[in-house]
Amino acid sequence: MADAPKKGTLRAAYRRAADIKPRDARTWQVSLNAFAFLFSEMVQYNQTRVDNIAELEHRLEHAGYGVGLRMLELLCHREKGNRREVRLLGILSFVHSTLWKSLFGKVADSLEKGTENEDEYMISEKELLVNRFISVPKDMGAFNCGAYVAGIVKGVLDGSGFPARVTAHFVPVEGQPRPRTTILIKFSEEVLQREARLS
Amino acid sequence: MHAISQQLSPTLGCYGIELLEADTFDLRCFQALTGTKFFVVAEPGTQGLDSLLKNVYGLYVDYVLKNPFYEVEMPIRCELFDLSLTQLIRKDKGVIGR
Repeated sequence: MADAPKKGTLRAAYRRAADIKPRDARTWQVSLNAFAFLFSEMVQYNQTRVDNIAELEHRLEHAGYGVGLRMLELLCHREKGNRREVRLLGILSFVHSTLWKSLFGKVADSLEKGTENEDEYMISEKELLVNRFISVPKDMGAFNCGAYVAGIVKGVLDGSGFPARVTAHFVPVEGQPRPRTTILIKFSEEVLQREARLS
Repeated sequence: MHAISQQLSPTLGCYGIELLEADTFDLRCFQALTGTKFFVVAEPGTQGLDSLLKNVYGLYVDYVLKNPFYEVEMPIRCELFDLSLTQLIRKDKGVIGR
């Protein structure tokens, strides 16, 4: 740049952020280690401020919720040309492929419909990226830091008009020492009614 | 043990114990930049202990330090760390010998 501002000035910071072109932003990568440390600190920070595990999960979900809302706006603009999803399968495949691809660099391992209930869908992953380095101690029971990812999904769904309850669960797999993680999405009544009307 | 050897050392600029060879065992030490020390006790004459310790340090950084449920200086009880440690030892068994 001919007139590059001096390093360290506020103008320099603004200029650098604006320099990121959209085509670069699509493939922008962040260090996994940096994220792992930041996420670990976030979990520890919340741990000191809660009394029980359910509250900790709730806080992580809340943290992810804001990310989900913003990711929805960003991805709709960047990837889909501002098209809005109105069908259930449409938004689910958006979460399963586009959202996962831009967050974790790959599409989710599987997307399934719940067998027992009409309103349940499951996105499964062999090992969530956020859980890669985390070993939950036995005395914390079924706590899953994937609650953060569940929060992201909830943010995306709520923001696009498909309110749902989203939770993260460990599901043991035969023959594997580590359980896989399932994000369980339970849509609310109005979503199913609307879907029935549209079909 | 590190402090003792540092004081006993005949040469200047000694960081502490690095290798201790005895009749029935070999003890090797790896010291990280932060001062954390890793020890391995093996049968005498075992090769590749140095690189083993470096790999263990890599595993420690990954699975212990990035674990939000681990408090520094406490005994390590991380499942992933134990799993990958046993995998590493099993894999290197062929290289190390026994």
